[in-house]
Amino acid sequence: MYTSNDNGYPERWDVLVIGAGNAGLCAAITAAEAGCSVLVLEAAPRDMRGGNTRHTRNLRAMHEEPTDVLTDAYSFEEYFEDLMRVTRGVTNKELAGLTLEKSAELTSWLGERGVRFQPALSGTLNLGRTNAFFLGGGRALLNSLCRHAEGLGVALHYDTEVADILIDDGFCEGVRLAGGETVPAKKVITTAGGFEANLDWLAEGWGEAAKNFLVRGTPWNTGTVLKSLLDQGVKPVGALDQCHAVAIDARAPKYDGGIASRIDGVPFGIVLNRDAERFYDEGEDFWPKRYAIWGRLVAGQPDQIGYAILDSVGVSRFMPSVFTPIRDDSIEGLADQLGLDPAEARAAVDRFNAACPEGPIDQSVLDGKATSGLSPEKTNWAAPIAVPPYYGFPLRPGITFTYMGVEVNESAQILMADGKPSANLYAAGEIMAGNVLGQGYLAGIGMTIGAVFGRIAGADAARSLNR
Amino acid sequence: MDDVSLIKLASTPAHEETARIMQICNACRYCEGFCAVFPAMERRRLFDVGDTAQLANLCHHCGACYHACQYAPPHEFAVNVPLTLAERRAETWAEFAWPGPLSGLFERNGLALVMIITAALALAVGLMLAMISPQLFWGVHIGEGAFYVLMPHTVMAGIPMAITAFTIVAFIVGWRRYWRGTGARWGGWPAFADAMSATATMRNLGGDNSGDGAGCPGPDDRNSLARRHYHHATFYGFMLCFASTSTGTIYHYLLGREAPYGYLELPVVLGTVGGIMLCVGTAGLWREKRRMEPAVRPLAKLGMDYAFIWVLFWVSATGLVLLALRETSFMGLTLAIHLGLVYGFFLVLPYSKFVHGLYRFAALLADAGEARRSAM
Repeated sequence: MYTSNDNGYPERWDVLVIGAGNAGLCAAITAAEAGCSVLVLEAAPRDMRGGNTRHTRNLRAMHEEPTDVLTDAYSFEEYFEDLMRVTRGVTNKELAGLTLEKSAELTSWLGERGVRFQPALSGTLNLGRTNAFFLGGGRALLNSLCRHAEGLGVALHYDTEVADILIDDGFCEGVRLAGGETVPAKKVITTAGGFEANLDWLAEGWGEAAKNFLVRGTPWNTGTVLKSLLDQGVKPVGALDQCHAVAIDARAPKYDGGIASRIDGVPFGIVLNRDAERFYDEGEDFWPKRYAIWGRLVAGQPDQIGYAILDSVGVSRFMPSVFTPIRDDSIEGLADQLGLDPAEARAAVDRFNAACPEGPIDQSVLDGKATSGLSPEKTNWAAPIAVPPYYGFPLRPGITFTYMGVEVNESAQILMADGKPSANLYAAGEIMAGNVLGQGYLAGIGMTIGAVFGRIAGADAARSLNR
Repeated sequence: MDDVSLIKLASTPAHEETARIMQICNACRYCEGFCAVFPAMERRRLFDVGDTAQLANLCHHCGACYHACQYAPPHEFAVNVPLTLAERRAETWAEFAWPGPLSGLFERNGLALVMIITAALALAVGLMLAMISPQLFWGVHIGEGAFYVLMPHTVMAGIPMAITAFTIVAFIVGWRRYWRGTGARWGGWPAFADAMSATATMRNLGGDNSGDGAGCPGPDDRNSLARRHYHHATFYGFMLCFASTSTGTIYHYLLGREAPYGYLELPVVLGTVGGIMLCVGTAGLWREKRRMEPAVRPLAKLGMDYAFIWVLFWVSATGLVLLALRETSFMGLTLAIHLGLVYGFFLVLPYSKFVHGLYRFAALLADAGEARRSAM
């Protein structure tokens, strides 16, 4: 199927790419444009192709002056500082610098290959300065890149899961598919994502709590390729129990809930655990700066569940949510519907209300309207939950991506256990993003890392084949 | 135009499905760059029957959002915005239709249109054959007033005028029902200008509200602006034919000159260019509609679209044939066929896909007002 002559396929592919997401398609296109024969193997069916790229929306790009899709300027220095701040220095500075530098070319490179961006609209999107938004989101980007790749003659095979990477003494011979067939290739670029959809593997870092995690992204990021690489002595990067997790609606699908499953209401109410107790300062900072810690916070509670409780004033303060909140005219009734002890919940709300300061809150600033005498306190936007009807959202940890991956060099070559790069095995995208984003989160940088290293891998593979 | 007496539209399964989907879309918002539907959605938190009617009529059915949707089937959220809005849209047209009992024509609209127009055609040809002597009917008539040898001008023009008067009433009532049913408000003349510009450019048909469209996704999600271009040909061709009729009327009553006019005279030039544009436009729209992604095509409503496009094509084509044959002995027959189709077309206008223009403009006008108010 993959090598015979009668279908026009080569005896041995120049470049084999695992995964048809942003990184994989950038690699495939770059190699194909250089004249390589390229095969892309995608585990998902066509409708669900592209891993977590489906659920993305933008990439973060450095630029010295306004462009058609980015406002103002975002310098290398500022970008680098942002990255250092969120990772607290857990990054390979050389690779990070390379990523940022190369990010400047991405919007025009992608644009020339059919990807459309939303026009830069200063003021309407608060990320319009740093991030370029794909018109229609990540799936629209995938459609454009797949179409472009197919036009270049790239073979895209769906429903084709890679089970093993065949490595012999640092040299990759090809891959073995889940069906047992082997596909030989001169260069292999793995862009197979993280392992966030593999709850058993997550449980090795998180214990049984992982079973209650919801996976916001694709169910096909099972980490099979990553495991194959690590089992064969490839050098790992990042910690097993590091993942990006936010608090999402517990009613969201187990997989693939994406952006819509998030809940933005935490700062405007309180969050109780299974025992109707508050457990963290809901008003510590603006939500965009705090939502990424709430996945971990909820994961630390009994049964990995939380309940955001708001009144009718609080519920109107944030973006509508995909699931209609559970609603009741009384706190007791709401607690009953949520499965909380009504008396305990009533007592928790009463304690909170009694500790709230006077006067209205101002959600546009850190208003310092803090409770007094609670443990923990709510330090901003503390307003009594007092105007019925009352609303509740059940919360679960929703995992977005994992950090553990394989270490690469500036050519995107995978490093073996001895620190030497493999001659013909590359990685790009989430499977190696931990090299740059060792911890923390910076919106849109995942797509930037994927596109930059995908292009580097594709170009280096082609160059070493003298194409 | 502010109307305080709102009409409560009926809640339907298509309304419920629109509201369900819009709640998901409103929590995602990735499509906000595509067209006017999504910014309009973002201005709402709840989706009542009037809101879903407005959003449905704002949708130009390009399909871009379906192809971009991370929640489209097989995802369990099963979001299909173009299909759902198309179904909602068609049922609102029946609800706004006047007189009420005729709204039933929107059910199995394709069949109804074909039957009515066939009847009008048969009637026109039959009556002319029955009432005009064969020598006259199959004769060659040249020069001023040649058409009116076969049918007096008062009858030929009187029939469509009577039908048009009825149609205008139907459109006014429909517009008012739309306005009251969706809670729309007059947004001032700047908003009117916005709506006119959106209508003239069709910037929402092609998946990009910046105007230079990405195009409608065709098969294999390949984008193309073909539908917009064919729609322009159809729309402006129709306007040219309207101008042709209007100038003809001026020639007749003010200049005292009777048709047929010379090939290079204004009414004929306008009609010829308009007729060719209509033929090309409708044929192109037919082709593009057949090429649309099957998942976004509302199967139950396709008959309405096809029948309307088909009738418009033949009205235009027979007009061109009449022009070509008007100095031969076939003038009588082609005139009878053309008039039969034209009269039939005018008769079904308020109960055909034609109303999409009326309600699309109402939706664009309401939306432009809404957008301007929210920007203030």
